Amino acid sequence: MREAAIIGYTQSAQRRYAGAANESELIMPVVREVMQSVGVSQKDIDFTCSGSCDYFQGAAFAFVEGLNAVATAPPIRESHVEMDAAWALYECLLKIWSGEADLCLVYGFSKSSPGELRSVLTLQLDPYYQVPLWPDAISLAALQARAMLDAGIISERDMAEVVARSRRAALANPKAQLSGESSVEELLAQPGFVSPLRRHDCAPITDGASALLVASAETARRLCARPAWIRGIDHRMETGMLGARDLTRSPSARYAGARAGVSAGAVDVAELHAPFSHQEIILRRELGLADGVSINPSGGALAGNVMMAAGLDRFGHVATRIMQGEAGRGVAHATSGACLQQNLVAVLEA
Amino acid sequence: MAEPTPELLTKSFELGYTYTRSTGPVIGHFLSELREGRIVGTRTSDGRVLVPAAEYDPVSAEALTEFVNVGDEGVVTTWSWVVDPISHHLMQKPFAFALIQLDGADVAMLHMVDAGSESAMRSGMRVRARWAAERRGSITDIICFEPT
Repeated sequence: MREAAIIGYTQSAQRRYAGAANESELIMPVVREVMQSVGVSQKDIDFTCSGSCDYFQGAAFAFVEGLNAVATAPPIRESHVEMDAAWALYECLLKIWSGEADLCLVYGFSKSSPGELRSVLTLQLDPYYQVPLWPDAISLAALQARAMLDAGIISERDMAEVVARSRRAALANPKAQLSGESSVEELLAQPGFVSPLRRHDCAPITDGASALLVASAETARRLCARPAWIRGIDHRMETGMLGARDLTRSPSARYAGARAGVSAGAVDVAELHAPFSHQEIILRRELGLADGVSINPSGGALAGNVMMAAGLDRFGHVATRIMQGEAGRGVAHATSGACLQQNLVAVLEA
Repeated sequence: MAEPTPELLTKSFELGYTYTRSTGPVIGHFLSELREGRIVGTRTSDGRVLVPAAEYDPVSAEALTEFVNVGDEGVVTTWSWVVDPISHHLMQKPFAFALIQLDGADVAMLHMVDAGSESAMRSGMRVRARWAAERRGSITDIICFEPT
């Protein structure tokens, strides 16, 4: 299989509400910036793939509008996944591995501010057994948190510690939406939201976009001094029957991590796509990450959660640390669906 | 000379999706049984009973065809308390979403519990279905569950 590496990454400022800017206007600056960072233009891109969700724009084929952000004349080869753009990155890897492309542009975007995000996410569930009951994304995550609390796997203090650490880490991330110092005691004193979750246990609602460049070996070495090589990547999913899963575990994340080769070496940094505080704890356990691993130094999804880009952001932040020489080996993770139903895990190395 | 008024062609238009989807022999049977006030699951080859009736075993992927009646009472395995319902929620007062393992089932199903207050909820509590008076073959034929 051909080697592939991430050679560039940019994310927009993570904002609760991007105002009148449309999706194309959110994408255009990050696409331009990531291409400038390695000195290429659209004519150098062999394949472009985006990740977004039409439900956020409320129109079929709305993702086509996103293409206004890239130059499409003369015609380009492009594709789209109705998933987080981490899966668009996966599609680009298939193009590179199969010899179809040497340089690929990935972007993910959404404005989830105009709708009621937790209800929009209901529509991804089983249409006969679940959707008519309108279980919202936060209530479902709360079922999972309760199951973990009941089983004695976590405490509410553990959840608050994840939040406090994430927001503290986000102080070093100028793009983060939520950052700051807060003590575990202050967080635990906050009222319940959808019990047992407090508001800070849930990722914020965020508008924005991210772009990333991934290249074959020769192209990566030509354009980047220290590429972030993708040494392993795997995607696994679990049943949509929530009640048939052990929500305190994530066998799909464990299996994907093993297949990606997480345990084959020491991990310096891991960016885990955990939109709810307790989910970070599940993922750490299932991926077997040691206590010394730096988890979500970007602040993670709890500090800014652009739907359909937040998974790609995990790849981008790990890759950036490797490209900048701050880490040698890292784990990137993206999730999709209710209660960590789908998990994509990759190992990146200098 | 005044321009002649152009004749405008007008036509009423209603945007609609005129197709219907078949729910198939498994989900369709589950929903038809709900209309009759009964809850059915499907049995896997290793003897587990999945409720709501599943078309495929999520572990082995085998197609499931054997139906099993289960009770309309069961045990809450986990729950979340919605203190402030949003407009889409069917109950416009504080309620719980819960996973409920019905008597005779080996997995839990998602539904709601009307317990009045959070302090009345706990994992392991027994609940029974509150059926709608008029049923139409929908998961909402069960209005919610309530403590026994």
